[in-house]
Amino acid sequence: MSPVVKIQDLHKIYESGEVPVHAVRGVSLEIQRGEFIALMGASGSGKSTLMNMLGCLDRPTRGTYELDGINIDELDRNELADLRNQKLGFVFQGFNLLARTTALENVELPMLYGRHRKVSMEKIRERAMHCLEIVGLANRFDHFPNQLSGGQQQRVAIARGLVNEPQVLLADEPTGNLDSKTSVEVMGVFQKLNDQGITIVMVTHELDIAKYCRRNLILRDGVVVRDELVADRTIAEEEMQRIKAAEAAAKLTHQAKPGS
Amino acid sequence: MHFANTLRVALRALRRNTLRSLLTALGMIIGVAAVITMVSIGSGAKAQVEAQVASLGQNLITVMPGSYSSGGMRGGFGSSVSLTPEDADAIAAEVANIDGLSAEVRDRNQVLANGLNWNTNVNGVGPDYPYVRNWPMEAGAMFTEQDVKSLAKVCVIGKTVADQMFPNEDPVGQTLRIRNLPFRILGVLSPKGFSIFGSDEDDVVLIPYTSHMRRVSRRTSISMIRIQAADADKVAQVKQSVEDLLTQRRRGREPDFTVRTQEELASAATATAKTMTGLLAGIAGVSLIVGGIGIMNIMLVSVTERTREIGIRLAIGAHGKDVLTQFLIEAILLSSLGGLVGVAVGVGGSQALSSYNGWPVLVPTTWIFISVAGSALVGIISGFYPAYKAAQLDPIDALRYE
Repeated sequence: MSPVVKIQDLHKIYESGEVPVHAVRGVSLEIQRGEFIALMGASGSGKSTLMNMLGCLDRPTRGTYELDGINIDELDRNELADLRNQKLGFVFQGFNLLARTTALENVELPMLYGRHRKVSMEKIRERAMHCLEIVGLANRFDHFPNQLSGGQQQRVAIARGLVNEPQVLLADEPTGNLDSKTSVEVMGVFQKLNDQGITIVMVTHELDIAKYCRRNLILRDGVVVRDELVADRTIAEEEMQRIKAAEAAAKLTHQAKPGS
Repeated sequence: MHFANTLRVALRALRRNTLRSLLTALGMIIGVAAVITMVSIGSGAKAQVEAQVASLGQNLITVMPGSYSSGGMRGGFGSSVSLTPEDADAIAAEVANIDGLSAEVRDRNQVLANGLNWNTNVNGVGPDYPYVRNWPMEAGAMFTEQDVKSLAKVCVIGKTVADQMFPNEDPVGQTLRIRNLPFRILGVLSPKGFSIFGSDEDDVVLIPYTSHMRRVSRRTSISMIRIQAADADKVAQVKQSVEDLLTQRRRGREPDFTVRTQEELASAATATAKTMTGLLAGIAGVSLIVGGIGIMNIMLVSVTERTREIGIRLAIGAHGKDVLTQFLIEAILLSSLGGLVGVAVGVGGSQALSSYNGWPVLVPTTWIFISVAGSALVGIISGFYPAYKAAQLDPIDALRYE
């Protein structure tokens, strides 16, 4: 099977400042379907730049990028937008949901911009509802983002990323704004999706979050310095049970104290 | 994106900042309301002038004596004494396409009746006069050609004179004394109101012009001749024929008369009203421009505020065109809703002015459409730049925007 992402000698040089910044200096990478990759690196390592290029939001200065067999170098602005719409799903650190727009409508949004205009509004609604079910928020479909917790908002964002059945789900620090327990919850959603065969690439700088993935790429100064499979993968479900057990224990000791 | 969805998104965006949207739309509301009100007042005034001109009669041509000049001193129009009843008879006999004609002698006299007296216009006219002036009788009848020929002492009085002299009784059949001569009242004219020149048309006593010239004023010339052409498109031809005939009757002497048509009078009178309407609408139009600037300002603020939202939309597949349409529709919605409310306020305001001040007000339907279309156009013009700016945003920068 051909790789869904094929990058060859990718460079990105920002010319905007006084001194050109060489953010990505020759990255070559192949991502197969069904992979779950963490892009890691310190700030300034070029991971966000690489992520923007993977997400077709930015064009490489040099090198080639083929997404699902399509060379993005040949596409114009609108074709890139269509590509993002059809083949990619985005999950951002800051959730980036539309305010005062219900969870369901947020999830519908990518379908509304889809060029497959023949789809009826009922079908769109049905599909959005299904994606909310996948992330376990079907009962909150009519809530506004400000009525949802951070973890729930991120799950809505994931549902939005899934709704057009993308080839790759890209997540930029998806747990960056979440506490550790909610992070586990969100990582659980990602793992479940990956188990169903969805390709996921996420950027993180937290090592324990990267441990939920199957493959870790570490960037430094714009080049990949390490590319390894995760040996002892953390499973979100087990982690969740451990947290719950710890909480229960804490509660017990707390209750026991005043009695003694 | 489907148009219905775009519309929904735009409406929601406007609702999100209800107060701001209202204040922005207020610019358009005031502008459109001002245009509608001003145009209504202007058209009302114009319609009133036109109605007054029409009340003179229809397809009317008037012949007035020219200026009198003696030893280098020149009198004004009507100062000459050269227009005679014979001129009137000649026109009636020789000019074709005439529906009605009346010689007219004007004077003011003290009249007595019923133990009361009153100073009024005593005009000598022909039997066609009410017809030519489009001025029906309210009671009784007009005197006849026979009365004119026999210099009969009969008269017809206007509503004002009737009210002044016979407050509580029917004037028809009573006697009115002019210069101590008794004139039998044959009829009362229906009320006509004020003339273009502001005088009370109903303050009048009409007697046969022959009686006027021989018995009352002892004049040999008449003040004017009123002619009604048979048809609107015959007016010019009749005017020409009358001029030709009178010139011929002067036998080479310098023409001492002027012939005018009602259109000439009407166009002069309505031109003023038209100028006023244009001026008022122009001033009101300026406030529309100000309203448009307000919309552009708010749309620019809105685009800046919603940079992140635009970034999200662009990242998940919106084309620049989608974003452009979204903001453009928002601006158009804002301005045309403002325009619609403005029309309502303008129409209401005009009606209020009309009932409160008694101004004649006419709301022209075309201007309602022009205003609404104009406000939508203002929305397009003022919304385009902000919308274009939004559409050109780079998704990465927009997403990073705090």
